Amino acid sequence: MQGSWSRFNIVSLILGFAFLYLPIVLLVIFSFNESRLVTVWAGFSTRWYVSLFSNQGLLDAAWVTARVAFISATVATVLGTMAALALTRYTRFRGRLLFSGMVFAPLVMPEVITGLSLLLLFVAVNFDRGFATVTIAHITFSMCFVAVVVQSRLLTFDRSLEEAALDLGATPVKAFFQVTLPIILPAVVAGWMLAFTLSLDDLVIASFTSGPGATTLPMKIYSQVRLGVTPEINAVCTILIAIVTIGVITAAIVNKRREVQRLRDEQAARRL
Amino acid sequence: MGRLATAIGSRLVIAVPYLWLLIFFLVPFIIVFKISLSTTAIAMPPYTPTFGLEGGISGLVEGLKELSADNYTWLLDDPLYINAYISSLVIAAVSTLITLLVGYPIAYGMARAPTALRPVLVMLVILPFWTSFLIRVYAWIGILKPEGLLNQFLLFTGIIDSPLVILNTTTAIYIGIVYSYLPFMVLPLYATLEKMDYSLIEAAQDLGCPPLTAFWKITFPLSLPGITAGCMLVFIPAVGEFVIPDLLGGSQTLMIGKTLWNEFFSNRDWPVSSAVAIILLLILVVPIMFFQRAQANAREKGL
Repeated sequence: MQGSWSRFNIVSLILGFAFLYLPIVLLVIFSFNESRLVTVWAGFSTRWYVSLFSNQGLLDAAWVTARVAFISATVATVLGTMAALALTRYTRFRGRLLFSGMVFAPLVMPEVITGLSLLLLFVAVNFDRGFATVTIAHITFSMCFVAVVVQSRLLTFDRSLEEAALDLGATPVKAFFQVTLPIILPAVVAGWMLAFTLSLDDLVIASFTSGPGATTLPMKIYSQVRLGVTPEINAVCTILIAIVTIGVITAAIVNKRREVQRLRDEQAARRL
Repeated sequence: MGRLATAIGSRLVIAVPYLWLLIFFLVPFIIVFKISLSTTAIAMPPYTPTFGLEGGISGLVEGLKELSADNYTWLLDDPLYINAYISSLVIAAVSTLITLLVGYPIAYGMARAPTALRPVLVMLVILPFWTSFLIRVYAWIGILKPEGLLNQFLLFTGIIDSPLVILNTTTAIYIGIVYSYLPFMVLPLYATLEKMDYSLIEAAQDLGCPPLTAFWKITFPLSLPGITAGCMLVFIPAVGEFVIPDLLGGSQTLMIGKTLWNEFFSNRDWPVSSAVAIILLLILVVPIMFFQRAQANAREKGL
């Protein structure tokens, strides 16, 4: 198969990745620009990073965002994993079609609709908008992404392992936590990370469901972007990109290590 | 005892996420629908009637009588809204097509890459998707604006004499959508192309079929599930897109996500923005159900 990797294939990959990465690379480069004019290079400087740390509004927004992302990702992971279990393990229950519809629809639902509908719900029940409402909104859409990630892992999961544990007298809860969960853990962790970044990135849904005192970082960035491109925003964006990149690469390496370890264990078990 | 606990446990696994989605996903749509039939009022919340339990059954009936489809007739009479819907659909369709044309060679190149390299390539496609949507759209402002990097480059190399106006045009929206949604197109395409049996192509070529014909007769039909999934994942959210038309399209371009946003945040007309949302949902309900069924089928087959 390797011989068929033609020059056309290689060129299209190079062009494709250049298209994907060039804008981000340029954004990072210009965050180190001395000049206030973002697109004219005037020498290397870290002054915009320094000025960030005296921008109290931005720091507050970052703190709000971090907390919302952490809480919503954690709750969404629990709910999403449950939803994935429900969809893969129970092929028949009343309202299953509606349930699977509600799990898949938010994946493609335009954000303006999700945001508006949640806001109107909170208003209808007279629930004060703020930190809690943003968190609930983020849980709702990100749990569906977690469910999809975990479900695809559960579908390839060998259930005989779990059945063996049940036959040996483990309670279903114990069998889940000691057998199933460790095996599907990489998918659960990936789901958590996805939920975390989705929450970190969301502008539209947060703008609808947030209230005074709960301005998230994307909302803050958006309001500044509307006033024009500034090196400070480039610097904030660079920091966010760095955090996400380090997180994703670390997770990939840890996953790879676990995989190698698992293969080694399996081989060792076979030799016995 | 254990059996009872199991039964309760399995009920909970279903019931908890089910209830959550019912309350925070389905019920809100019913409320949106109800408010879309209400009338704007200078109050908080800014619409009437508001249903409360204090009015009892008779209060509820009174409220129901006040509902009307005025917002819908108003929307359908005003060419602004109809144009916004049509231009959203056109922009989303065109950009989905461009994304497919850009994404297909990338996915194909990934699928034909040496096996050891493939996970790295997949990772490279996913990585930009993890970085914020807002940041990626923002990055293009600096590139596309009149004194931006693209124009500087083109002027410097002498390809053009005067700066191109790209920012605040539909072209900028196309670029933004194609760029932001490219991973959603590439990944499903790659998933189907990677599983394809390439000996079929070799067989066709051995039998004298030219490469392009082999592609149209074999590769393309076999990758159709990936094409459908990718196109749905790009088209549906793109129709209601807000950030891209707002930041790259400027005030000239009309897209329904932006109209809804302005109706809500600038005009504070909640009933009209609800009606806009309901019509948008009706337009998208067919593709969404199509997507949902395709997803459920693919998953049940264990793909």
